[in-house]
Amino acid sequence: MSIEPGETPPEARLLRSILWGAVFVAIAGVAIFSALEMYLGNGSKTVRYSGEADIRSELSLTDHTGQEVTQADYSDRWQLVFFGFTNCPDICPTTLAYMSSVLDLLGDDADQVAPIFITVDPARDTVPVMAEYVSVFHPRLIGLTGTEAQVAEATRNFRAWYKRTEDDSAPDGYFMAHAGHIYLMRPGGEFEAVYQEGGQPPEALAQEIRKKL
Amino acid sequence: MKITTLATALTLWPFFASADVTISDGWARASILASRPAAAYLTLTSNQSDQLVAITTLIAGNVTIHAVETGGDDVSRMVKIDALDLPSGEPVTLAPGSMHLMLMGLSEKLEEGTDLPLILTFASGARMEISVPVLGPGAMGPKE
Repeated sequence: MSIEPGETPPEARLLRSILWGAVFVAIAGVAIFSALEMYLGNGSKTVRYSGEADIRSELSLTDHTGQEVTQADYSDRWQLVFFGFTNCPDICPTTLAYMSSVLDLLGDDADQVAPIFITVDPARDTVPVMAEYVSVFHPRLIGLTGTEAQVAEATRNFRAWYKRTEDDSAPDGYFMAHAGHIYLMRPGGEFEAVYQEGGQPPEALAQEIRKKL
Repeated sequence: MKITTLATALTLWPFFASADVTISDGWARASILASRPAAAYLTLTSNQSDQLVAITTLIAGNVTIHAVETGGDDVSRMVKIDALDLPSGEPVTLAPGSMHLMLMGLSEKLEEGTDLPLILTFASGARMEISVPVLGPGAMGPKE
């Protein structure tokens, strides 16, 4: 077959197809990667500490009274948020006791703060369990649970990391490893700061929160 | 008031007559549900190098020594300790947010104001029966 002037030779056509194919693969790759990154929370498992971090108080869960709630239910107040689970013998009660001390120290100013405990173990921490658990620590403490998917979504929005860890010495054979941070979120749901029990005495944290209110 | 040397009640010395362990600041945290594990804390000081190897109590199915390990990712994990080292003369403290005794399979809730009996067994063969007060669920230590 002869090649007329102006007609593309077959090798060039093949090369062009390969190049277009490569462009397509690259675009698709970037799209898939971005989607995955968005889905997995920027691939980051660590909590960010400063700046306008993309930590947001976004949640759709059930509170310890059985009411379905979203972040909008707490948008008129600052929020003090801790993730944990009720089968946790030490860190969780210690941190919740610490948060309760902070609330007591805030006195009337505590009206402007919603203290929230979100379980990362919703299979065991049902509404009645959460109700009994939170009432012991503080009358204002709000316990939130939900489906595994709802809890996963809330933790993703807070960039809070948790993982089920099999352990023969644990109740039902597993613990939930989790980050022990206490998040302070602004009334609009934006991130303000993170603290840890043991990081400062409750008096110091109460004073710091009072200054921000 | 600080509680010191809560109990060195019954100390049996099957093998070493010279071993002596002092227990101070012992307490347990009241539990909220009997189906949830409880925690107890204490400080041990042994006058010779020893190890705490077992803890038992009538009201819990089992008791384990846990350390809390916080990784670079700030995630806390509990690590089981089979034998807790007690260097000679050095106090070893179990306190909230770090090492603790985890009590599982409770036959009843730990009620504030009661006492929790514990039997400690050491590698030296020494065995101690102690009793620690159960403080409130929000307690942070044996202080008033």
